[in-house]
Amino acid sequence: MSTETNLTGTTFRIAQIMIDVLKLEDVTPETFDPDIDLVDEVGIDSMDLATVALVVQDEYAIRIDEDDYPKLTTIRFISEYVEKKVAA
Amino acid sequence: MKTVSSLLDEHWYQRYKKISKLNIRSSIYDVTNRCNLRCKGCFFFSSGEHEVAREEMDTRKREAFVDKEKDRGVNLAILIGGEPTLCMDRIEAFYARLPTFCATNGLIKVPRNRFPDMMVGISLWGDAEAEKILRGKDTFAVSSKNYEGDLYAYYLYTITPRQIGKTEHIIRKIEGVGVKVHMQLLSNDEGVDGFSWQPEELEDIRSEMDDMLDRYPNTVISSKYYHEIITTGKMMGRTFGWMECPSVTAPLDNREPCPKRLTNFIRWASDLKTMHRCCTSETRDCSTCKDGAAHMSWVMVNKRDHIRSTRDLQNWIEVYEMFAKLYQFIPW
Repeated sequence: MSTETNLTGTTFRIAQIMIDVLKLEDVTPETFDPDIDLVDEVGIDSMDLATVALVVQDEYAIRIDEDDYPKLTTIRFISEYVEKKVAA
Repeated sequence: MKTVSSLLDEHWYQRYKKISKLNIRSSIYDVTNRCNLRCKGCFFFSSGEHEVAREEMDTRKREAFVDKEKDRGVNLAILIGGEPTLCMDRIEAFYARLPTFCATNGLIKVPRNRFPDMMVGISLWGDAEAEKILRGKDTFAVSSKNYEGDLYAYYLYTITPRQIGKTEHIIRKIEGVGVKVHMQLLSNDEGVDGFSWQPEELEDIRSEMDDMLDRYPNTVISSKYYHEIITTGKMMGRTFGWMECPSVTAPLDNREPCPKRLTNFIRWASDLKTMHRCCTSETRDCSTCKDGAAHMSWVMVNKRDHIRSTRDLQNWIEVYEMFAKLYQFIPW
């Protein structure tokens, strides 16, 4: 998790939200692996995801269905999901 | 950032993988308001919970209710409340639809031709002397005959302060009948004289519980971290209590800030409409609550806090495994 990952745009912002909201330590948006499994590897649970979803929903003016949480297992998947919703 | 795979070697990582996707969603159900015992310290009767709702008698309504629970995402029905085995049909409504655990005092045998693989937790409050004082009867004399060698049953041994120095005798008796045992501590809801825990007694019993786990690893289903949490009431520098408890009924949970909690957990009264506040009684002092499942769940829902060091994460895995074994999500 220490190498630079060059995240951009939505992916970078989602990483930033995740770090701020969940107070994740020893990681920056620059070093956050977008493909790391948030549930299995970082220990994020549905309650964490719901907290993050509230912030993302407000910022991007979208609605994240609770039924979709199981699909949102990486920063990249969340980012792609948000971009699709914004474009719709 | 600490990650699971960075903290665990291959052996522990494989153990972690076996539980990481279980996604256990439990709720608790009072099956009946009646019991064939009246134990001193039983939270159900001491708090008057047996009088808050009229039992649902209609089998079809019960079956429809369980179907709705399944739709709500429940994948573990924990049957308690009065003595469930007084109402086998009601147990069957759950068992036919959901993974089901049934708590019992063991006086009535669950027929295995009807419930072949339902996990049964048999309550035991100590040796014959303690059982007679608190429960009016030596239940082990009966339950051990009913469940001898049963692979889908275990004793839920509620240890009282008077059991200090005597637990090995009990564990050996349980091992002798070929059944597993899990230990928890009495909360003494009715303030029976001499049965409330003092700090030095909790230290003593923690050491004894650790010793039992070391000596009887094939019989005792437990973990030393769980012993630490339940005897100290502390986890990661935090203290167990109302503002930390994970086992509060979700629709009644108005705590602010809301702590980590069991997702969609509800404890239903016997009418299947009324909700109880939490997994034990509303009258219990949360600061002295020793409920074993609540303390296990406290650890389990705080997974991210345990991704801090290898030992912390291993502790979390051991507690999760223990819970998963007790409720049959993984084999013994």
